[in-house]
Order: sequence, then structure tokens, then C-alpha cells
Amino acid sequence: MADPENAKEATTLRYAFGNVLSFFILLLIGVLAFWIRLFSVIKYESVIHEFDPYFNYRVTQFLTKNGIYDFWNWFDDRTWYPLGRVIGGTVYPGLTLTAGTIWWILNSLNIPLSVETVCVFTAPIFSAFASWATYLLTKEVKGAGAGLTAAALLAMVPSYISRSVAGSYDNEAVAIFALIFTFYLYIKTLNTGSLFYATLNALAYFYMVCSWGGYTFIINLIPMHVLLCIVTGRYSSRLYIAYAPLVVLGTLLAALVPVVGFNAVMTSEHFASFLVFIIIHVVAFVYYIKGILSPKMFKVAVTLVVSVGLVVCCAVMAILIALVASSPTKGWSGRSLSLLDPTYASKYIPIIASVSEHQPPTWPSYFMDINVLAFLVPAGIIACFLPLSDASSFVVLYIVTSVYFSGVMVRLMLVLAPAACVMSGIALSESFSVFTRSIKFQLHGLSGSSQVDSGDASSSTVVAQNDAGKAEKTEDTAKERPSKKSKKKEKGIVDKPSLKAKIERRLLVLPFEASIFAILLLVLLGAFYVVHCVWAAAEAYSAPSIVLTSYSHDGGLHVFDDFREAYAWLSHNTEVDDKVASWWDYGYQTTAMANRTVIVDNNTWNNTHIATVGTAMSSPEKAAWEIFNSLDVKYVLVVFGGLVGYPSDDINKFLWMVRIGGGVFPHIKEPDYLRDGQYRIDSQATPTMLNCLMYKLSYYRFVETDGRGFDRVRQTEIGKKNFKLTHFEEVFTTHHWMVRIYKLKPPRNRIRGKTKKPRSQKTSSTTRTKRSAATKRNPWH
Amino acid sequence: MGFWLRFNLLVFTIAILSTPVLSDLILSKVDRRIDLTSQIVRITSTLKVENAGSGLVSEVLLAFQSFRLKIWYLMATTNEGKGKTKSAGVSLPVEIANPKGMPPALTVYSVSLSKALGEGDTMSLDVLAVFTHTLKPFPEKITQADIQLVLFQDSAYYLSPYAVKFQSLSIKLPDARIESYTKIENTKIHGSEIKYGPYENLHPFSYSPLVVHFEINQPFAVAQELVREIEVSHWGNVQVTEHYNIVHEGAKSEGEFSRLEYQARPHIRGSSAIRHFVAKLPPRAHSIIIGMKLGIYQHLICGLILKELLIEPRYPMFGGWRTAFIIGYSLPLQDFLFELEGKRFLNISFASPINDLVIDNLVVKVVLPEGSRDLSVSTPFPVKQRQESKISHLDVVGRPVIVLEKADVVPEHNQYFQIHYSFNKLSMLREPFMLISGFFFLFVACIVYVHVDLSISKSSASYLAKLQWDEVRATIQQVESIINQCLATHEKIEASLRDLSRIGDVQACKTTRKTADGLLKEHSKELKPLLAFLQSSPAAANILPKVEELVAKERELQERWMAKHSIIVDCYEKKLGGREIENRVAPQQQKVVALRQEVEDLLEYIDEI
Repeated sequence: MADPENAKEATTLRYAFGNVLSFFILLLIGVLAFWIRLFSVIKYESVIHEFDPYFNYRVTQFLTKNGIYDFWNWFDDRTWYPLGRVIGGTVYPGLTLTAGTIWWILNSLNIPLSVETVCVFTAPIFSAFASWATYLLTKEVKGAGAGLTAAALLAMVPSYISRSVAGSYDNEAVAIFALIFTFYLYIKTLNTGSLFYATLNALAYFYMVCSWGGYTFIINLIPMHVLLCIVTGRYSSRLYIAYAPLVVLGTLLAALVPVVGFNAVMTSEHFASFLVFIIIHVVAFVYYIKGILSPKMFKVAVTLVVSVGLVVCCAVMAILIALVASSPTKGWSGRSLSLLDPTYASKYIPIIASVSEHQPPTWPSYFMDINVLAFLVPAGIIACFLPLSDASSFVVLYIVTSVYFSGVMVRLMLVLAPAACVMSGIALSESFSVFTRSIKFQLHGLSGSSQVDSGDASSSTVVAQNDAGKAEKTEDTAKERPSKKSKKKEKGIVDKPSLKAKIERRLLVLPFEASIFAILLLVLLGAFYVVHCVWAAAEAYSAPSIVLTSYSHDGGLHVFDDFREAYAWLSHNTEVDDKVASWWDYGYQTTAMANRTVIVDNNTWNNTHIATVGTAMSSPEKAAWEIFNSLDVKYVLVVFGGLVGYPSDDINKFLWMVRIGGGVFPHIKEPDYLRDGQYRIDSQATPTMLNCLMYKLSYYRFVETDGRGFDRVRQTEIGKKNFKLTHFEEVFTTHHWMVRIYKLKPPRNRIRGKTKKPRSQKTSSTTRTKRSAATKRNPWH
Repeated sequence: MGFWLRFNLLVFTIAILSTPVLSDLILSKVDRRIDLTSQIVRITSTLKVENAGSGLVSEVLLAFQSFRLKIWYLMATTNEGKGKTKSAGVSLPVEIANPKGMPPALTVYSVSLSKALGEGDTMSLDVLAVFTHTLKPFPEKITQADIQLVLFQDSAYYLSPYAVKFQSLSIKLPDARIESYTKIENTKIHGSEIKYGPYENLHPFSYSPLVVHFEINQPFAVAQELVREIEVSHWGNVQVTEHYNIVHEGAKSEGEFSRLEYQARPHIRGSSAIRHFVAKLPPRAHSIIIGMKLGIYQHLICGLILKELLIEPRYPMFGGWRTAFIIGYSLPLQDFLFELEGKRFLNISFASPINDLVIDNLVVKVVLPEGSRDLSVSTPFPVKQRQESKISHLDVVGRPVIVLEKADVVPEHNQYFQIHYSFNKLSMLREPFMLISGFFFLFVACIVYVHVDLSISKSSASYLAKLQWDEVRATIQQVESIINQCLATHEKIEASLRDLSRIGDVQACKTTRKTADGLLKEHSKELKPLLAFLQSSPAAANILPKVEELVAKERELQERWMAKHSIIVDCYEKKLGGREIENRVAPQQQKVVALRQEVEDLLEYIDEI
């Protein structure tokens, strides 16, 4: 230490080591975020998951095949027959453009990856980006240590994994990255006051608008924060630079996205931002005037302006309210309204309520999705108040609002997850620093002098302790890192100037044993979190939902690949222009996998059309045949889980068909299907229920499988066992009966007498059942 | 059907009446065996050819009905001399011939003999003809419960432009029901084999219609298109990818498909369905994948014993149903690539490894490594060929691809073909070298970027300000480090004082003081130019007061320390009591602590800037 040159070199070297080390930690966090999402590929296969991703995949295929201009003008005639759908103007193009660009770059580099592969791996790649963005955001709020912890937490938070496993090619996959990155740039601008970051912020916001409808969260949260800053007297020019360009540029850019268009200035979701935009200008003006005028003059001016301003404001407000009130939904879209009033959807829009991810979450789902973070968040909030800065107040506001929204819709748990990670990262990092500091102090106290602070000799041991603590921390957040790394870290980590440590040492000191114990507990907590996350990634969230697996009692794996079996059959063995009717859940999959025209799909934009299909499904056979025939439908596809116990089948969704159908066509009355307020398919069921098309298509010849027709989902015997179909014929049923496809019979010749036919059919059916009872072989066990 | 038969009869009567005898050959004995056990009809005929006339005959004509039968494979082998075993078969070239005067309903092939037949010579000739699409399902549409019945038509007599002295025919059918067959004289039936003949002394173009209607439950799998891509990598791997597009061309299925009945009694309700395909892969194939448009068939590889691959389609295939899938496998290079006179040649099988599969249109693409030259192909039968190129990983100009196309392929075509080419071993290293150099340049670019100043203007005010600011920061850091060292020296003094209180060694304490004094003086000397610089530079105007304050405070602290030190040393020299010392030191001590706190705060403040 004697030589100043040496000392300087040592510190720069340490800084360099620190930077390299945090770079490598970040790299490993990215790798972790990527790899933890590959369980689905390893356990199942590299395939697109669920419903919406299939649509995105299809759009991406179209984009890569036909180019960007055709994509904007794409009118899709294979869906919503006979209406069609303007895809280019109704999708958020961010995800598809991103994947399309990645594919295009790879292919121009002669790396011939298929579009599907690119789509499958887009989500894991963007979750690595998202964890890096979290690092940046938290670093702006509370320093690099908290940043690294938060990034590691986000890399494996189950809530985010559930939406971004490999194959889950959905908007949220890139949108969460865009969300966090926009927040980071906002905070960065707020901290630096740089117009450069403000512009970048507007661009990041544009990307977010391109990717997800959740951008309204940003455009409401940031004004709220700005308002909070103004109210608490934290107005500064930095705040102005952070906010005003975002609103101006952001709104202009958002209006460029076709799906948003003029909504960016016309709908109520965006009003808050404009209101705050006006307020911030007023405030800026007031501050300016205050600078010019003497205090006395200023007071006079204030009274004058306030009295005039109040009148004008009242007038404007009245006009505004009148305008908004004149529109039926008060200018708010249904989904947003159900956010503000959680009971709105179930009261007025059954189609929104029918989606399971629009339901409010249950308590266990919080524990499942964010696990121990739920307990760390309060500690993080407290840490944010010591001391409260602009940035930390933003994070607090973020967590508070997102907790509310996640309480309204399960899906918005995804917005809560990054906030929870940031908060928990701050909490963990702060508590570790408190504990390690206490240990440092105590160790020093044990080593000898009790009088005054010691010199260099002991400070180096303190630093070593500090490093050890840090190493432990990083170890617990990213478990798989080998212990070699932590050793290297000890060498490398930058020890803060010893002086600083000394100052801090005087603050808050906990007993030595207590802090050791607390660190152990925190490590344990982190370990528990990691174990839970890996379990969630491997078991709970990696199933692609088009391939199902179950373990038989002897441990063997059984695969249910019925959906793809059915779609493959449709795509190979029906005519290209045949129309397939099914409940809207399977629309996207049918168009993407089977390439057949569907009547309704998961983009539920036309309630009447969906109600028509719902009505057909809940009507008796003949009426249903007429509805389907008028829609030019040739095949009807139903999903039936009664044989193997697959719970999310069409019978369980049937109440929504009745409800949505009945909402538009009053002759479908829900009470007709209910017995004691319940949908039943057993012998207690109503005759309307037992005669509706959905019942018949699901249970056609089901009784012959086991002789009594025991439905394993509903755990009852079915009510009506032996019946014939007159207007439909079974053309395909998959291996486990999960998908059944029926064909509409051509209209019958009128000359053929009706009296003879049914009788002969009846006798033949009874003989057949007898025979099957005689052979008594059940092939499903 | 009846019309056809009558028409045929008519044609042949005319033919028999009108055509002259083509040559003086006589078939002294014809033995025909028709194998109908699968969708591929194989007719093996053993002909004993005798030259009854004068003059040499160098070709033998074979006639087939052209309107009904589609010949997909024809091979003639000869066994020279009599009494020999069949081991020495030589295949003879077969060509389509159109001699005049032949009835239009016949397609005539001519076999060129390797040695012309002299007068009275005889030779025996084996002819294998393979037909597909000749078994007509009848009825054409069946339900799931029905069995599949097919019709086979041929002539009971050997259809030939030559007179036949003696002929016999046996038809082998699958072990199942025979619905009906044409009964003419000398017809016998043994289990699943029908024998016709022997018939003697038949005229040229003798014809007697023969129809067999029987049950067959073999799959009628026809690949409408098969694209085989064979990619050769000189790093030790041959990757074969086969894209199948298969249709069941048996009797069309109509009416309901009931999974219930199919599962309950699969062999009765669905006997004609294709349940699986069997592919025989080369012995050392590995990394086998089976996939399709909607993902991999993960659970469909049922058994992989002796490289026999059992492929189950996603659904049982009934008549008229289609499916498509991909098989991919890797083969070790050394089994298929050989070197000959400096050139390499690839020796690999032509058709599909799937058993009993008829291929309507086969495209074989052989992708050779980039840089292969002088390509030439040798195939055992004529194929259409062209060349294209394919760009894949790390390619610049693209890999040469040889495309071989052949319509109508049967398992008999599954023979080896060769592709000769030359390839420089060094070009194998090109791709790794490209990768290495790519990364090398990336790192070089990074290094250059870090070391080169890329700011646009070197004279702009902001740039100069930045430079100045950097300098100021550097100086401030130096100042800080010096101050830190001063503080460290203070601590040393403190330590020495502590030692003094413990041991009482005044002398040692004094020496420490001396060295500390020296050090501190040096430090203050070092500080001077730095402070001067800071005072002179305008960029440091903001921070200067703080720095100056820091230095002043430090100096004061230093003085206090010295005072404290001298007091204590004094006290020790006067041998005063501990209480006394503390009393004297106390004011100094308080000041020291306060000053130290201030210095540290200042340091931290400056640090943050």
C-alpha cells in the first residue's frame, strides 16, 4: 500500500475483475434462463405449444414465405368462414416480426433453420434478454448487487417460465422483455436526464406496443409515477425529459401499429397519459414563472391563474365526460373494464369470462407462480424506502399496481413477476449486505482491538468475508454454478474502499451468531426457490398441451398424441376447402396444423359467430345440422375426454357454449340444460341436454366401450346410452377417443320413407351391442 | 370386364390370323410362376429357346399386354448351356422394340442375346417381370368391416410371338379366401396355389383369358412421391433423409370409421388397413428419427431390432387414406465411400428401405461436400439426372447436388449406384478455418474498438472538456489515494501507540514516528503538483473546493495525530499514570475522531463524483 502507483493499479485491476466477473455472471444468468426453458424440448419434443402460439406460428410462416408487404395486407380466408379476418390489421406484429427477422438473418447467413425451430426458441432467447433487462433496471434502482440478484431470480421465476418455455411462442414471450426494458430506459432517463435515453425509451415503448396489448400498463403506470413525483414535490427537469418525449414520440409511434392506430389517442386507456402530459407542462411552467417572479408577485399570479384555470378546467372536464359517457362502454375496451371492475366480465361478456386465464387467481397460484418472492417483496418495499429516490418510488408503484392487476386476472401474474423479482432482488441483496457487514464487524471485534477502528491488516480479512458472503449469495441464486467459480470470485470481486466499509460498520450491527444463522436461512430460502423453479419448469409448465403424457402405475410413460393424430388425419384425408366446425378453442390449431377452414377461432372478435356455433352445439341434431349446413360446414370436430379422463374437453366447456349461444339467440335457455343448477350428463340430466348435439357427438357409441358408459371426467354413467345419429356420421376418432370428427350427411332424399329405416337400424344396433357384450373384450386396458 | 375379355379375344384372333411368324425361334418349354402374395406382381418365366430355322438369331422378343399392365421392372438372365445350376446368371440388355406387324395391344421388348443362336441351338432364359397397379380392387369401395378383394387378369397361355411347345403356369396367392378363378382344362388348385397346364403346341399369340378374384390383406402402400436426400460429409457421416408421401391404393374406404370396432376387433374390422411399415435400414445406421409436419413421432418407434424399423402412422390407414412422414438416419462414411485411383466414389442403395413399397416418383438427391469436382454417376438402370447446388451451413458457393429421378420404382430397383467425384482433402479444413478466422476477426475487431478513439471530432469543445474531465478525474483519484495512504500512516502511528501502551517501548515508537513523518512529508510533496494542476484546470472548478477542504482537513488531522503522539510519548517518558495520559489525550482524541469522520465523508463525496 505504500506505493501509490501500485495501489492505483490494484484498484483498477479489481474494478476490471469486478466488471468481467459480473459480465460472466450475467452471461451465466442468460444461459440459465435459456436452458431452464428447454425442459419441454427435452421431455417432449421441439414443437409449438397450446393454442395461440399456433396462430403466431402460422402468421410467421406466412411472413417468411410472402414477405412483409403481403403480411400487412393479409386477408385470411381460412378462418371465421364466411367472414374471414384481416390478419395484418388485427395482430400485434412484434413477435412475428421478431421471429421472422431472426429467421431471415439466420438464413442469409446460410444457417438453414426451419421457421418452426426459430419460433420454438424465440421465447427462451427473449427470457435471457429479459433477465438482462432486469439487471439493468434494478441496477438503476439499487446498484449492481441487487441487479444481479434480481436478474437471477427473474431467470427462473415460474410465472414467467409458464409463458416462455421453448415452444410457447406467444406475445408475452417478447413483451415481458420489452416491458422491463422500457421501464429500465425510463428510470435511466429519470436518473440521467439524457434525451438520448428518452428517445430510446420511446422506441422501446414502440416495440412493446408492437408486441402486446399489455402496453396500456406502461402508458398508465408511467404517468402515475410522474404524477406521484409531482405531487410529492419531486418535479425536476429530468422528470420532464423522461416523460414528455415518451408521450409525444411514443403515441406517434404507437399509432403506426395497425392494430392500435387511432386507438392511441381515442380510447380511455390512453387518457391518463395525456392528462399527466398537460399537468407536467403546467407544473413546468409554474416552476419557470416562480424562478422569474418575486415571491409576492408569484402569489398574486397563482390566485389569478388558479381561479381562471378552475373555470376552464371544469368546462373541459364536462365536455370530456359528456363525450366519454356517450359511448356505451365509456370508451374502455371490455378487457380493460374487467380490469377496473373485476365483476364486469362475468356480468356482461361471457366470452371474456369463459377464458380460464381471465379468471382471478387463487392463493395457491401465487405461491406456485412466484413462490418465496411473495414473502420477500415486503422486505424489498421497505428497502426501497431507505432512502426513497425517484427510481425506487417507481418500483414501489410498479409492484403495487401489478399486485392489484394480478389479483384480477391470472394472466397478469406475468406482469407481477418482474416486479416481484426486482423487489426480492433488492431485499435479498440488502439483507445480505446487512448480515455480512455485521459478521465483518464482529469478526474484526473478535480478532483483537476493541478501542478504535483498525487498519489495513484487518480490513483485508473483512473484505475477504464480504466476498465470501457475496459468493454465497450468488451461489444460492444460481445453484448450478460450480464452487470453483466462487473461489475465483473471491479473488476478483471489487472490494469497496475500505473506508466505506468502515463507515457502514458503525451502522446497524446484528449479533454474530444471529447474522450467520440469518444468512444460512436466506441461503436455504434461495435454495428452496431454485428447487421449486426447476420443478415448475420441468413438471408443471413444460407440457405442450397438444401432447399429453401420463405415468401408468408401473412407471411406464404413456403418450396421448390424439390432437395431432386428428389434425394429421384432417390435413391428409379431407379436401383442401372443407370447412371444419369446432368450439373456438381449437380454431387456431385446426388452421395451423390441419390447414382447413374453420368457422370460429381463438381470436374471439365476433361474438355472434361464436354464438352461432355455440347454438349449433347445444341444439338438437336436426337444428344443428341445418345451422352447420348453412355455414357450409362439412366436418364437426369435438374433443371428448370421457374415455381417458382428460378434463378440459368440450362437455366441460359446454356451459359456455350454452351461455354464449343463449346470449345472442334467446331460444337457447340455460335453465333447460341445468338440473339443480348444475350441468349433468348422467341419468338426472334434462332431456334438452341429452338431445343436444354436443352430448350426442361426444357419447356416440361410447357405451359400447365398457358396457355401461362410465365417463371418467364426470365420474358418472352417462344418461342416454344407446342412440343413433341421423344427420352426422363418424368419420374419424383418435386412438384415445379424445378427438372425434363427424361428417355432415348429405341431405336425404325425400322419397325414401322415414318409417322403415329407424326400426331396422334399431334392431341391428341392439344385436351389435349384444355381440360386443358377448365378446366382452375391453381393448383400452 | 366382360367387354375387355371379349375385346382381347377379338384382338388376338385377328393377331393370330394376320401376323406372320417373326423368326424361326421356338419356345420348347415355358415355365411361368406368378406371385400374387403382395401388391407387387412378380412373374418369373423360364423360357427354353430353340432356333428351329436357319441363320443366326441374336434377339428374343417378349410380349406383354400394354394397355393393362404397367411394367416397372424387367430383367432377363440367361444360363448358358444345359444342366448347369442357376448360379451363373448373366443379365442381358432389354429394350423396347417395335417390330412391324405386332398387334397394337402388345408392348414388345427385345432381349439381345450375348451370343447369337445358331441353327438348332437352344438356350434357357429367365425373365422376371414386375408389375404394380395390376391388382384391381373389386368391389372398388368397401366399408371398414369388409375384406378387400382384388382381381387379377392374365392369359392362361404364354403370350409370345413364337410358337410354344410346352408350357405350364402356377399362380401363388396369399393364404386367404379365393373368391373365384377361371377354370379351363387342366386346372388344379393346391391350397393357395393354382396350377394351369401343361399345355402343349400353342400357336404364336395364343391367348386364353384368366381371371382370379381373391382376398388380399396386404397393404397397398404407394409412395406417390419420395424424396431421398443423401448428404455426404467427409467428417465421417452420411445423412439420409427420406420424405414419404404415402397413399393406400387398395379398395377405397367408405362409410363410417368406427374406432370402437377397429379397437375391439382390429383384424376383422380393419383387416385391409395399413397398421405399420417396416423399413430395413443398413446395418450400422444410427441417430434414427421419424418425423412429420406436425412434429416427431416420438412414441411410434416400436421396435428397433436388427435395424428393422417399425413405423406406425398416426392413424391406421384405410383404403384411399394418405399420410406423410420423414425418416432420417446417419450412416458411417467408411461403409459407403471408397477411393479408387485418386477419385472417390459413393456406393449407396437407390430406393427406399421400406418393404413392399411401390414408389410412383422417386427423387434421389446426393449432396456432396462443397468443392467436389468431376462428378459422374453410374446406375444399373437408366434414370433422369440433373445437377443443382444447395447452400447450407458455412457454404460459400454451395454444395453440388446430383438429382436422380425415376418414375415407377419397385423394391427390385433397390440396387447400389455409384457416384464418382474428386475432392481435395485440404478443402475439408476450409470450414473450420473459416470459423476460426471469423472468431479471430471478431476478437481483433473488439480489441481495435476498445483501443481506438472513435469520436468524430477531436477539436470540439465537448470532446476537449471530456478529455480535461478525464484528466481531472485521474488527478483526483491520485489525490484520494495519497490521502488514503496518509490515513494508513496515521493508523500505523496509532498501532505504534497501542504497542507502546502494551510493551512500553518508547524507542520503537519514536522510530515509527520518524518514518511516518518522512512518509507524510513525501505525501504532501506529491500532493502539491496535483493540487496545482487542479487549480489551473477549469473543469475542476466544481470539485476543487472540496478537494482543498479535504487536503486541509487531512493536514489538520495529521497535526492532531502528531500532537497526540508527542503527548503520549511525553507522558511515557515522564512515566505518568494511565489515567493522566487519557485525560491529556482526550481533547486531541475527540478532535481526531471528528476530523477523521469528516475526511472520510469528503472522500466518499469525491468518490461519488
